[in-house]
Amino acid sequence: MNAATEDLSARAPAATSLGRTHDFPILARPVHGRRLVYLDNGATTQKPEAVIEAERRFYRESNANIHRGVHWLSQHATDLYEAARRTVQHFINAAHAEEVVFTRGTTEAINLVAHSWGRSALRAGDEILLTTLEHHSNIVPWQLLCEQTGALIKVVPVSDTGELDLDAFDTLLNERTRLLAITHVSNALGTINPVAMLAAKAHAVGATVLVDGAQAVAHHKVDVQALGCDFYAFSGHKLYGPTGIGALWGRAELLAAMPPWQGGGDMIRTVSFARSTYADAPQRFEAGTPNIAGSVALAAAIDYVSAIGIERIAAHEHALLAHASAALAAIPGVRLIGTAADKAGILSFMVEHIHPHDLGTILDSEGVAIRAGHHCAMPLMTRFGIPGTARASLGVYNDAADIAALVNAIHKAQDLFGTRSTTP
Amino acid sequence: MSGIDGNLRELYQEVIFDHNRQPRNFHPMTDADHHADGHNPLCGDQLTVYLRIVADTVVDASFVGHGCAISTASASLMTEAIKGRPVDEVEALFHAFHAMLTDASAADGAPAAALGKLAVFAGVREFPARVKCATLAWHTLHNAIIGAQAPARTE
Repeated sequence: MNAATEDLSARAPAATSLGRTHDFPILARPVHGRRLVYLDNGATTQKPEAVIEAERRFYRESNANIHRGVHWLSQHATDLYEAARRTVQHFINAAHAEEVVFTRGTTEAINLVAHSWGRSALRAGDEILLTTLEHHSNIVPWQLLCEQTGALIKVVPVSDTGELDLDAFDTLLNERTRLLAITHVSNALGTINPVAMLAAKAHAVGATVLVDGAQAVAHHKVDVQALGCDFYAFSGHKLYGPTGIGALWGRAELLAAMPPWQGGGDMIRTVSFARSTYADAPQRFEAGTPNIAGSVALAAAIDYVSAIGIERIAAHEHALLAHASAALAAIPGVRLIGTAADKAGILSFMVEHIHPHDLGTILDSEGVAIRAGHHCAMPLMTRFGIPGTARASLGVYNDAADIAALVNAIHKAQDLFGTRSTTP
Repeated sequence: MSGIDGNLRELYQEVIFDHNRQPRNFHPMTDADHHADGHNPLCGDQLTVYLRIVADTVVDASFVGHGCAISTASASLMTEAIKGRPVDEVEALFHAFHAMLTDASAADGAPAAALGKLAVFAGVREFPARVKCATLAWHTLHNAIIGAQAPARTE
């Protein structure tokens, strides 16, 4: 460890550790004989024992199919599933539990809106407003919808710091705009968008607003009513929950008017070969047997996060982000990509003369897990004229020691490539 | 030195750094009669391989593009290795190279000996996620030889 790193560690405020490492069994396993330093939380978070145990306990004690059996166990499983829905409702402060639709994750939630709401609401010449910050999952479903409806996509550009160009937003938003689909937090840069303000402006021209909350829910308090959006999508696995479960929140009156998007069991009221009628939301959008165990484990993840306190987590990650940003900026040859004033715990960076993929391999050899590449945000990488970045993303268990390990691993890469500067 | 550090040094040998810093035959070829584009969608690596083939022999080879050190060095060393070789020998070289990276039974075997300088990539075998970096240029070369229209992919 060099002197600069030690100084930064020493100055790190107490809030840069929440002391939660021991809640996560996987963090005890070594990688390449070294301590696992997991900084790939933007891709997926690790799971606390409470979540792993909740899924295990469901299968050992509560497993049955829901909404159909008259036997006790089926009712028990149904109760757990619907209780999980209420846990999600309260977590994002939705007005009604019926506004929460369980999905496989953010991607399926956005596709649900594109299929159901989009196909019935959009006409040729209507405009969908996106931003350069969007993940492919908030671009491609709208492109598919445009091919089917003749609607058009407009894109709000970003500045060199990775913030939305709000003047361009005002210019692009017009009476033809039918949908604003925007990420709450950029997965590639960490930029937090001023969603409440933009949603108000979009509503003023009669547009509907969908927010991609995949990178937001684990990192700061989300209140869908305060945001004033119409749809909010997120994944459980980026919130310390399991993969394969997520949720779409939609305003009750919008969901009530939307046609089904997948047909099958559980989403119907009556079926005949002449015509079927459909259940009310949310069941209308949950065809087939859902991920029941996943929903129960997601509720356990939300309980875990809530027990620590989402505000405490936000403050911790903010302090650690400031610490990590200073530590990386102090390394000669390291350049941060995305320096918005309002950022969540994501550090995208380039190391001079070292491709992100080479960096990823060398960091991994030190047990440091980061993401290297375009982060499913190719238009954003093109905007910055780079093929990709290295990305360290923070979670509840990360602390200043993890950042010190990251810094040391970057030094190792620079030593190996012979690009380490001796003059700071 | 732990196993991983030894593997890392096997992966990043000096000759790879040399060809990454100063890639050989790194230019477009105006009189090329074969060329193809390659793209690794996973990491964004992109390159174009140019060839001049006379009487079934590669008389000139070059490339342009961007990628990681492994990918750039692989393209550079490939162009050096194939110049002056008959096309069927070049294709055989690709198969031997690919086997060295992916087939444990090929380790330290006869095919590796025939690879000459390309043997520096043997260390890639310990890093399965990086095999595509080393083979992108070769897949693209193959497409250039057969005249494929779609960009070469490692996926």
